[in-house]
Order: sequence, then C-alpha cells, then structure tokens
Amino acid sequence: MFRRADLRLAAAGAVLLAATSLMPGWLLVLAATALAKGIVALGLLLLMRAGLVPFGQAMFYCLGGYAAGLGSLWLGIRDVLLLLLLAGLAAGAAGWVVGLLIRRYRGIFFAMLSMAFSMILYGVLLKSQDLGSSDGFSVPRPTLLGLTMTGTPALRILFAVTVLLTVLLAWGVSAYLRTAMGQIGPAIRQNEVRVSYLGYEPDRLIHREYAASGLLAGVAGALVAMLVGQVDPGMGFWMTSGEFVFIAILAGTGGIWGSLGAAFILEAVHAIAFDVAPTYWRLILGGTLLVMILRFPAGLSSLAPRRVRRA
Amino acid sequence: MADAPALLEAQGLVMRFGAFTALRGISATIRGGEVVGLIGTNGAGKTTFLNMVTGYLRPTEGRVLLEGRDVTGTGPREMVGRGLARSFQVPQLFPEMTAREHLVLAEALADQGQRSLLGPLPEGGRAEAMLARFGLAAIADTAVSLVPQGQRKLIDIAMALMLRPRLLLLDEPTSGVSSAEKGPLMQTVFEAIRAGGVTVLFVEHDMEIVERYVTRILAFRDGELLADGTPEAVLRDREVARSVLRRKEVAT
Ligand SMILES: Nc1ncnc2c1ncn2[C@@H]1O[C@H](COP(=O)(O)OP(=O)(O)O)[C@@H](O)[C@H]1O
Ligand SMILES: [Mg+2]
Repeated sequence: MFRRADLRLAAAGAVLLAATSLMPGWLLVLAATALAKGIVALGLLLLMRAGLVPFGQAMFYCLGGYAAGLGSLWLGIRDVLLLLLLAGLAAGAAGWVVGLLIRRYRGIFFAMLSMAFSMILYGVLLKSQDLGSSDGFSVPRPTLLGLTMTGTPALRILFAVTVLLTVLLAWGVSAYLRTAMGQIGPAIRQNEVRVSYLGYEPDRLIHREYAASGLLAGVAGALVAMLVGQVDPGMGFWMTSGEFVFIAILAGTGGIWGSLGAAFILEAVHAIAFDVAPTYWRLILGGTLLVMILRFPAGLSSLAPRRVRRA
Repeated sequence: MADAPALLEAQGLVMRFGAFTALRGISATIRGGEVVGLIGTNGAGKTTFLNMVTGYLRPTEGRVLLEGRDVTGTGPREMVGRGLARSFQVPQLFPEMTAREHLVLAEALADQGQRSLLGPLPEGGRAEAMLARFGLAAIADTAVSLVPQGQRKLIDIAMALMLRPRLLLLDEPTSGVSSAEKGPLMQTVFEAIRAGGVTVLFVEHDMEIVERYVTRILAFRDGELLADGTPEAVLRDREVARSVLRRKEVAT
C-alpha cells in the first residue's frame, strides 16, 4: 500500500539522516527547527483545507514545549519519546477543549478566537513565577531509550528523532488526506451547507482537525524545547503564531510538500537574513515572503502536479 | 395512501424574517409512499417551507415532526441521518470538485454508518451508475464550476439520490433545464427512486409534470396553504386557478 509519494517522503528522510553526521551543530538545530515548524504546518494544512486559518496556533506549540519541560522537571520523565507523547497528548487535549467552543466559528472569528486563547496562555505564563515568568526555564537534555545524550551527538540524535517523526507524521497526514474524511474539509470550505445536507456535521470535522492540529503543534514545540534546552512564553506569543500563518499561506493547501517546504524556506530565509543584516533581517524576511506569495498565490504546493483534471 | 403513517408533519409553521412574514401558519402532512407536488407563485414561501422542514431554518412558530418525532430546531445533519435528502433550486455544489468527486463523497457520507470515513473513498461504486444514469459521464472529471447550469442541476439531484433517502424533497428540479429536457429529467429521477418506495415532495411550476407524477398537491399563496388535495381537485380550484396557475409560466 505504499505510493510513490510515500517513497519520496522516505527517501527525503533517508537523505537527511545520512547527512546528519556531516552537519555542524548550528545547522542541526536550524534544520530540526525547520522540520518541527513543518510539523506545525502539517496541522495548519488540515485547517486551511477547511478554509480556516488560526491566528493563535503558537498556543499549542508553547503548550507542547512547556509540557515536555515540566514532564521532565516535575514528573521526572526523561525519555525523549515519552516526553513527545506527553506533549502531543497535552496539546491535543487542549485543542479538543478549545475546539468545543471554536468549532462553531469561521473566518476571522475563528482566527481571532484562536488568537485570544493563545494570548490568555501567554499572559498566564508571563505571570507564573514558578515557571520562570518571562524568562521561562531550561529544559534538561532528555535521554533516548535509557541512553544519556550530551553535546553535539545529542543534537544529532535529536535531529534524527525529528527527521523520523516528521516523516512519520507527514505520512500520516498524507494518508489521512486520501481518506474519505480527508475530503470533507475542502467540501466544507466550498459549501458548508451542502456538507450538512449530505449528513455530516461540519463543526464535528473542524473540532477533530483542530484537536489534531493542536497535537501536531504540541509535538513540534516539545521537539524545539528539547533541542534548544529552553522554553519561554515567547513560544506562545502572537509573533510565533504569525510566523506559522505565514508558513501556512506560503504552503498552500495542495499537500504535505508545500507545508514542509514552506517551513524550510521560512527558516532558511530567516537565518540568512539574520546573518547578513542583523538589524534589517525582518525587512528581508518580509520582502522575501511578499515576493514568494506574489509569485505563488496558491502556495508552494500548487507546484506539485494535481490528480484532478481541470477542463 | 390516506391511512399510511405520517412521515413528515408540519404543524402551524410560521417564519418571520424581521418584520416580513414569509410563512403564515402552514400545516401539512406527508404520508409514506406519496408523491406530493408543491406549487405556488414566486415568493409564495415554497423554498422557505423546505428550508424549515429540513432543519435549515428554525421556525418562528410551529413544529416539524418526522415519523412522529419532534425534530423542530435540529439541523439538516440530523434530518439527513433520519432518511431525508433534498436538492436545491440553485444547485448547491462544491465548485472546485468534479461531478464524480461529488457523487463519490455523497456515497461515502451516505454509507458512514457501515463504512468508516477513515477508509479510502468508495471510488468505482454506486457513483458510477448514477453518473451514467444522469448522462454525466462525459463531464464526470470536469470541475463543476465549468459545467453548464442544466448539468449542475443534475449533479445536485444525483447527490441527493446517492443518500438513498426515504423522503426526498426536490426544489424546482426542472428550473434552469431546457423544456425539452424537463420530461426526461423527471423520468430519470423517478426511475432512480421507483424501486425504493421513496416518498417525494417536489416544487414545480410546470403543471404537466406535476399532473404526471403527483398523488397530491399543496398550493401556496403568500405564505399560506391555499389548497391541499388530489391533483384534480386542486387544479380545478377557482382560487388556485386564479392566483397560482395564472402565472405558471414564471419559473423561479
Ligand atoms: N433569508 C431571508 N430573509 C428575508 N426574506 C426572505 C429570506 N428567505 C426568503 N425570504 C422571502 O420570503 C418570501 C418567500 O421566499 P421563498 O420561500 O424563496 O419563495 P418561493 O420559493 O416560493 O419562490 C420571499 O418574499 C422572499 O423574499
Ligand atoms: Mg423557491
């Protein structure tokens, strides 16, 4: 049941894994961060297909990061995989709870409500002295199957875990997009009333996909927290959400490659701009994004060949 | 037919849009096996009536009963789950999807009780037969936004039929279809549902078509039920002849 697209995904993962030993530490962190943001973008892809763009997705990214950090500090869980599981479940559960309310909203109301929730979390974290207020706290290096990791080898292992997880989650999302349920989101975007007249409650799908997108963002946040060794409320700030929205729009709704590619491009432009012009990097980043969005109005994923014929 | 159990009951339905009253207390019963024609001039409230009995609009006053159960205020999703399907006066489609994708999705959602939606789409299933039946095979892979209005109407109706409803509501199935194609279209629809013993309510302006298919007629005028009876009785009714049939050529 493996398709050519799945093989491409596996091949891309294999190339990244093979390159691991050649990459310096800074590049490992950069590439792993890009992949993690790609995982966030996979979740946004689900919502974008249903015509929804949340302006507060960083809430789940931040929650995932804090869940991994606190799971380690408070619960004594050190294993990277268990921490990822914990973060995913925590953020997914939070997505489910917020989804109970947000499932009824569309368009700008959906976007702003999501942002409002994220600002509540940001505000709470900023005021929580036990969690380090605005400084956050450092996240201990996790272990992998009982092995302690330190220094650059630790980064290599975390990068490899990130690659494998990205491939696995991207495969999962692309498999979901091929199911019958995966077609309901685009149908909702195009004609929600008709979807309910076909016997499916649009709110229900949006609730599920919102929770799933929360889970994905949570896993991504946990990966970055363990990679950087630090969490702070900035992970949940609206600027982080804005970056995710940028990635999502740049990606388009055509499939997983647009999402992963957009995350990589944004992270790369970000790094280069910051390196070349430390004062004006925002200008360069913004300009580049503007050009790309003008050049590919339907997103990067519109470059991929489509299965449906258009007359 | 008169002693068959009531499938759909409207009890004193009132619909106000702000200060404007579109329906002024409509009560009607549709029994299992009936084919009911709903007639009335443009603006009489026919579409509003369908919107209310399918749960899309919540009545300002009155109740809707489906098989004796009060379903007032539930949404279309629940009504469809209980065996209802409808088509629309203005086709309600997914502009970027093809005709085949419409019917395949409708099939997947129709079978969601039996087959998980997390499986693949039921491609090559009943949808193919439905495409052939409605003569849509040639445009099956074209995005519907590029398909002519008449065929969009067919896709809209075919989607409703894919749900295998027990109660089918059609809102002006032949509007926007050329007069030569009206007859064959209705024939196709009734062939598709004949085997299942489906109960039908359809809005129609063409009295020839109404007379050919219906067992009963409901005539609306200005949000009121003007007449309810056999085709012979209703079409011979003076008031109906004067205020409904006089403008029968105005199809909206
Ligand atoms: N959503 C609405 N808001 C305000 N007025 C409406 C709305 N829907 C229908 N109407 C009005 O209600 C009346 C009945 O409309 P409709 O049910 O569409 O008539 P028909 O289908 O018999 O032509 C019309 O005067 C129409 O303008
Ligand atoms: Mg109408």
